[in-house]
Amino acid sequence: MEWEIVIGLEVHVQLSTKSKLFSGASTRFGAEPNTQACAIDLAMPGTLPVPNEEAFRYAVMFGLAMNAEIGKRSVFERKNYFYPDLPKGYQTTQLAEPIVGAGEIEIHLDDGTSKKVRLHHAHLEEDAGKSLHEDFQGMSGIDLNRAGTPLIEIVSEPDMRSPAEAVAYLKKIHSIVTYLGISDGDMSQGSMRCDANVSVRLKGEEKLGTRTELKNINSFRFVERAIKVEAERQIDILEDGGTVIQETRLYDSDKNETRSMRSKEVANDYRYFPCPDLLPVILTDDYVEKIRSELPELPDAKLARFQSEYQLSAYDASLLTQERALADYFEAAAKESGEPKLAANWITGELAALLNREELSIEQSPVSALQLAGLIKRVTDNTISSKIAKQVFEAMAKGEGSADQVIEKRGLKQVSDSGAIEQMVDQVLAASGTQVENYRNADESKRPKMMGYFVGQVMKASKGQANPQMINKILKEKLDALL
Amino acid sequence: MHQLTIAEIIRGLRDKQFSSAEITRHLLDRIQQLDGHYNSFITVTEEQALEQAAAADRRLAAGEAPALCGVPIAHKDLFCTRGVRTSCGSKMLDNFAPPYDATVVEKLNAAGSVTLGKTNMDEFAMGSSNETSYYGPVKNPWNVDCVPGGSSGGSAAAVAAQLVPGATATDTGGSIRQPAALTNTTGLKPTYGRVSRWGMIAFASSLDQGGPIARNAEDCAYLLSAMAGHDGKDSTSLNRPAEDYTRSLNDSIADLKIGVPKEYFGEGLNADVAARVETALKAFEALGAKLVEISLPHTDLAVPAYYVIAPAEASANLSRFDGVRYGYRCADPKDLRDLYMRSRGEGFGEEVQRRILVGTYALSAGYYDAYYNKAQQVRRLIKQDFVQAFEKVDVIMGPTSPNPAFAIGAKKADPVAMYLEDIYTIAANLAGLPAMSLPCGLVNNLPVGLQIIGNYLCEARMLNIAHQYQQVTDWHTASAFSIETAGGAGE
Repeated sequence: MEWEIVIGLEVHVQLSTKSKLFSGASTRFGAEPNTQACAIDLAMPGTLPVPNEEAFRYAVMFGLAMNAEIGKRSVFERKNYFYPDLPKGYQTTQLAEPIVGAGEIEIHLDDGTSKKVRLHHAHLEEDAGKSLHEDFQGMSGIDLNRAGTPLIEIVSEPDMRSPAEAVAYLKKIHSIVTYLGISDGDMSQGSMRCDANVSVRLKGEEKLGTRTELKNINSFRFVERAIKVEAERQIDILEDGGTVIQETRLYDSDKNETRSMRSKEVANDYRYFPCPDLLPVILTDDYVEKIRSELPELPDAKLARFQSEYQLSAYDASLLTQERALADYFEAAAKESGEPKLAANWITGELAALLNREELSIEQSPVSALQLAGLIKRVTDNTISSKIAKQVFEAMAKGEGSADQVIEKRGLKQVSDSGAIEQMVDQVLAASGTQVENYRNADESKRPKMMGYFVGQVMKASKGQANPQMINKILKEKLDALL
Repeated sequence: MHQLTIAEIIRGLRDKQFSSAEITRHLLDRIQQLDGHYNSFITVTEEQALEQAAAADRRLAAGEAPALCGVPIAHKDLFCTRGVRTSCGSKMLDNFAPPYDATVVEKLNAAGSVTLGKTNMDEFAMGSSNETSYYGPVKNPWNVDCVPGGSSGGSAAAVAAQLVPGATATDTGGSIRQPAALTNTTGLKPTYGRVSRWGMIAFASSLDQGGPIARNAEDCAYLLSAMAGHDGKDSTSLNRPAEDYTRSLNDSIADLKIGVPKEYFGEGLNADVAARVETALKAFEALGAKLVEISLPHTDLAVPAYYVIAPAEASANLSRFDGVRYGYRCADPKDLRDLYMRSRGEGFGEEVQRRILVGTYALSAGYYDAYYNKAQQVRRLIKQDFVQAFEKVDVIMGPTSPNPAFAIGAKKADPVAMYLEDIYTIAANLAGLPAMSLPCGLVNNLPVGLQIIGNYLCEARMLNIAHQYQQVTDWHTASAFSIETAGGAGE
C-alpha cells in the first residue's frame, strides 16, 4: 500500500513591535520576570485594552506578502479558559473576522521544484505569560512579561505532502517575516512556534484521514522529524487495522516519538464572543495601499533578480536569498568587489563553513561584507593567489583586520618579480635532475601533466606567494629550452 | 450646610462664605453620625478628604480654582482610587487597593473636587436593590425599611441623606436612574462612550456607563462637565471633546416634542407611579412642550435580551478574579482547580455567581446562536425602535421604575421579579442612549422618578429640559425626612 501524508501547519509568529498588542509595556525578551507587565497585562480591575497600530501594520504587511486578502474589517474576540498565565481568563484573538484572509505562496524544495501552498487565514492575537514549575518548592511561578505580546497565527490549508514540504513552507514563512522585519523569527526563543496537523491516507484517496495535532515544535529539524515519526505511527496503526484518534500530541525530541496530551477532561469549550472592550477595526484602502507601496523586496523577487542581475545559478540565488541579512551581505560584497560570482562562492563556501563552525548568524559574522569584498579584489588584481586568500580569510575571521592589513602584516603579497621567480625556477630545476630528465624523455602529450611537479616545487619555494601564471610561463620557457 | 447644592457650594466657596475645609469637615461628621442608618459608604477617606480640601482652599485663595474646586463628592466603589480600597461591593476585592485612578476620578480630582469616600453598591454592580453588597444592604433614607435601588444605591442614598451633594455612579441596566428614582435624586446615564470606562471595574462592557447622581439637573451638569470627554485609554470612548453642560440649562423648551411610549404605561406599572408621571408630563405641556404618543414595539424584549448579553459579558469580565494575582484567595488551596473553585466560590456572592453561570451557559457551544446571537439581534431591533422614534420626537419620557422603593428582602428570593424593576431602564443601555431620572412626586411618602431618554449625545438638551422642569416644580427639593422618624438626627 502506498500512503500519502497530508500536513497543515499553524505557525505562531511573535511580532517585533516595541510594545504589546493592547498595552504600552515593552516586549523585549529576557528581562527579569514580571518587570515588563503593566496593570493591563496583569488584568487589574478596570483596565482596558487599546490596540497597537504597529501590530496591525505588521499583520497587513504579512498578508500582502502572502498574496492574501486583507480583512478591511477585523474583530477581536475573547477565547475563554482559565490558566494562571492567562491573566484575564480569556485570550483576545480573532476568529470570524481575521485581519488576513485566504492567500497563497510558493515554496521551494531542495530538489529544485516548487509548489504552491494555500493560506487559510492569519489572525492577530495576544500571547499568554509563562508558567514556571521548577524552583518553587512544589508551587508554580508565573512570569507575565510575555503576556500580551502580539502574535500572528498563520493557518495553512492541508496542502503539504511530506515533512520536507512542511519544512520548506516553514522556512518560507520564516524568510517572509524576517524580510519584512516584522519578527526576528527566532525559534529557539519562541518567536516562531509551530503546530502541525498530520493525517495519512492511501494514495489516490480524496477523503482526508483523521488528523492529530502536534504541539509546539520548536525547530525546523524537529518539525521534519516529528511529522515523519507521527505519520509512521499513524500508518502502523492503519496497517494493523486500527483507527487514528483525533487528538493533540506532543513531540518528544529526545525519544523521537509523539505522545498523547489528552487529559481526562472533556474538550474545552472556549465560548468565543466578540470582545466588547474593542471596536471592530476598519482599514481603509489608502491605509493598505500605502503599506503595499512601502513593502521591501520579498524573497521570490530577490531570487529572480539575483539570477538576472548577478547571473547566479538558481541554486546559489536560492541559498543567498533565504535570509534577508544574508542577501544584504551578498549584495554589499558583490557591489563592492564587482565580482558577484566570486562573492557568492566565498559566501556559500568559506563564510558559510566558518559561521556553521562557530555557530554564528550572518549578522554576527566576524568578517564583514566589505572585508570580504576587499579580499576578493586582492585576488582579482593578482596581489594574492586564491590559495593565499583562504589564509587571509582565516586571519580576518580572527580579527586581524582588512585583507590589505593581513597581507601586509603577514607578508603574503604575491611575488610577481620575474627575476626572483626565475631564480627560484633555476634552483628547482637544478635540484630536480631526475625529474627534468624524465620530462625531456616523455611523450609530448604527457609533459603538461608533468609540469605540475615543477610548479608545485617553485610554489613551495616561494611559500605559496609566487604568481602561478608567471611560474608557469617561466618554467615552460626553461624546460622547452632544455628539449 | 449639608442642604447646599453643588452650584450653591461653588458660589459659597468663591464668595468666601465658608471654606472647603469647613464643609468637608461638616459632611464627614455628618457621615459619621448618620451613615450607620443608611450604610451608604463602604470607605470614608477622611484624611485624604481634609488634605484635598486644604489644597482646594489654597487654590481658591490664590484665585486659580478649577470648576469644582473644593466641592465634596463621593465615588461609587467600582471607580478605582489610587491607594484606596476599591471593593466593587465584593469580598473578592475587600483587600484590593488599585495603584491607579479611574479616568473619572482623575478628571474630578483635576476639577478640584474633594473625595469623601467610596459608596456602597450591589456586588459587581449586579442588583437593583443594593442587597447583594458584601458590606450589607444600603437603606433608603426615605424609609430605612426599604431598598434605595441599585446598583448605585450607596451613591443615591448618600446624596438623598445629604451626606454629600453629588456622587459618581454607573448604569448598566438602570443602576443610576432606578436608585435616583427611588431616593428622590437626579441621575444621568450619558451616551455610551461619553464617559471613560478606564478604571471603572467592568460588569458588562458594552452596556456600562458612568454618570452623576446629584440633587438636581444643574448639579448633574456640573459633575458631567468634569467627567465626560474622550479618553485614549478606553477604545470605546467617543472621540469628542468635553463640553460645558451648564451653558444651555436656561434655554427655552417651548415646542419641545416629547414622545410618550405607550409600552411604558402598560401592565406592571404601579397606578400611583403612572399618575405622578402623567402629572409631570402635563407640567411639560404647560412649559410649551408637545406630547406625542409613540411606540417602541420591542420594549418587552429588552429584559430578556439584557439578561443574556450582560451576564455573557460579565462571565468573561469576572474571569480575572481567580485568586492568582490580587483579591481574595482561599486558604490552603490543594491544587489549581481547588484554588479557582474555592477562591471564586467563597469570594463571589450568590447573585454574581448566578450571573456568571447564566452568562457561561449562554455562550456555550450549542447555545450561542439561540441565546447570545438572538439577544444581539433583539438589541439591534430595540435600537431601531429608538432611531425611528427620534425621527418624530426630541426626547422620550416615561416612568423610570414601575414601582416606588420596595421593602428590603421583598424580592430577594425572586430574581425575575427583581429584574423586572429595570423594565423601563434597560433599553437605553442596549441602544447606548443617554437617559436620566428626576424626581416627579411621592407615593406613600416614597419618591417617584420621571425618566427622560434622549438621542445620542443630547445630554445638554436633556439637562436643560430637566432643569426647566425643576424651575417650576419642587419635588427635587423634598428631603428625606424619614431621617427623623428613624430616630436619627435631623438638622
